Amino acid sequence: MTEASETYTFTFMREVSGLLHAADGNPFPMCVQCGTCSGSCPVAAYMDYTPRQIIAMVNAGLKDQVMESNTFWYCASCYQCTVRCPQGISITELMYALQRYSIWKNKYKEGLIGPSFSEAFAKMIVRTGRTFEPILAPSYIFSFKLGEFFREIQNATELMIKGRLPLLPAQIKRLDNFKRMVRRIIPMGGVE
Amino acid sequence: MKEFAYFPGCSLEKLAIGYHVSALETAKKLGMKLHEIEDWNCCGSTTYFHIDELLAYTLSARNLAIAEKTGLDLVAPCSACYKNMYFTVAHMKKDPDLAEHINYALEEDGLHFSGQINVRHLIEVYMEDIGTEEIKNNVTHPLEGVRVAPYYGCQILRPKKDHMDIEHPLFFEELLTAIGATPVDYPLKTRCCGGSLIISSRPAALTMVKNLLQSAVDRQASVIATACPMCQVNLECYQQSVNQEFGTNYSIPVLYFTQLVGLALGIAPKKLGIGKELVSALPVLATS
Ligand code: SF4
Ligand code: SF4
Repeated sequence: MTEASETYTFTFMREVSGLLHAADGNPFPMCVQCGTCSGSCPVAAYMDYTPRQIIAMVNAGLKDQVMESNTFWYCASCYQCTVRCPQGISITELMYALQRYSIWKNKYKEGLIGPSFSEAFAKMIVRTGRTFEPILAPSYIFSFKLGEFFREIQNATELMIKGRLPLLPAQIKRLDNFKRMVRRIIPMGGVE
Repeated sequence: MKEFAYFPGCSLEKLAIGYHVSALETAKKLGMKLHEIEDWNCCGSTTYFHIDELLAYTLSARNLAIAEKTGLDLVAPCSACYKNMYFTVAHMKKDPDLAEHINYALEEDGLHFSGQINVRHLIEVYMEDIGTEEIKNNVTHPLEGVRVAPYYGCQILRPKKDHMDIEHPLFFEELLTAIGATPVDYPLKTRCCGGSLIISSRPAALTMVKNLLQSAVDRQASVIATACPMCQVNLECYQQSVNQEFGTNYSIPVLYFTQLVGLALGIAPKKLGIGKELVSALPVLATS
């Protein structure tokens, strides 16, 4: 190990900021804690910690508390916070990054639907190239309260009667090429 | 004749079939041709970025590469598809390494994306390429007296594309005025509908939907107009869930802007996919 790498510590903040924004830098260590993001966020009331708090916690290295919170799984990716942040921070991208980080670490708060839904969605796309709504239902519907469960089924039935639900999964024509394309990005991607 | 490459996106195949058919019908009437691109794949919606950023860009890039071959601007009716494709172009232009990696993957399907395409939202094309004057000239059945709440939602405005007023947009109101309707000014017009939280965090999403419905109803809107299938589904298909959850009694139709434009152009409701709503649009039709 070189001397330089011994003196550089991979804090949680550095990990999240350095690794997970390949496509776009995100200066969240520059947060001034003004609270504009939390004030703009339509979901803040349902989050364990508000966007402002979660950023402070990432910057302070409170990894376990961050990972155990529902905050980033409750982000609707509406970008309201991002367009208003005076420091040019994309809070939305940070939320995505934390989702990826927690999938990668396989650590989530218990009882969340977000992770299993994302996984079902991702698998569906790499297998068929298309979205097929009915295949997603098992990833969430059994977590619903009884009233919601029946409401959801009634919704689906009404949509089906109106011809708005696909009965057969769609798939793209050049699926083999597509799967090989996915494999060039994720080596195991597209494998059944 | 103005021509565009057209990316319908997964929802428009079934769930938002009314948006698809009304887009094609109104486009035809307004002298515009939408060519659906061949063998397109899902754009990843707002969900794929949770998993892998690079693959998310690659999914969009495949569609962009297919569309680029037509030499036409690419139009998306869904706001999430639009946002994903718009920013994939921007990122690939800015970052040659990213572009190289993605193009290496696209080779597997014999494709290459060079970054030479404009990604447009359907409503943007109606406003900029056709224009309110031209639309007005074609109106035969103005929607007089119909109070419409224009719902912008998120992804069409945010993150900021290079050319839009994102805090106080007015283009939707202008479009509604052009077809003779009365746009309703209500404070939540750019507020999020909850998006995929309707699945992953239902109580939060239902509150968001309820606030929006209330905001529109408070201003006596008789219909909400949308430009995105996700917004349409959340606001319409979950009205009953909102009513069940909050003891409310909402029953306000939520139509695509293309359906309203189509009605004003005198196209038969059935051809515009009207009749497939869960909340009947009949009260609106009666007043028009
Ligand atoms: S708006 Fe920006 S600077 Fe202000 S608290 Fe949020 S992230 Fe920090
Ligand atoms: S993008 Fe997420 S964190 Fe930001 S305002 Fe919207 S829901 Fe809140």
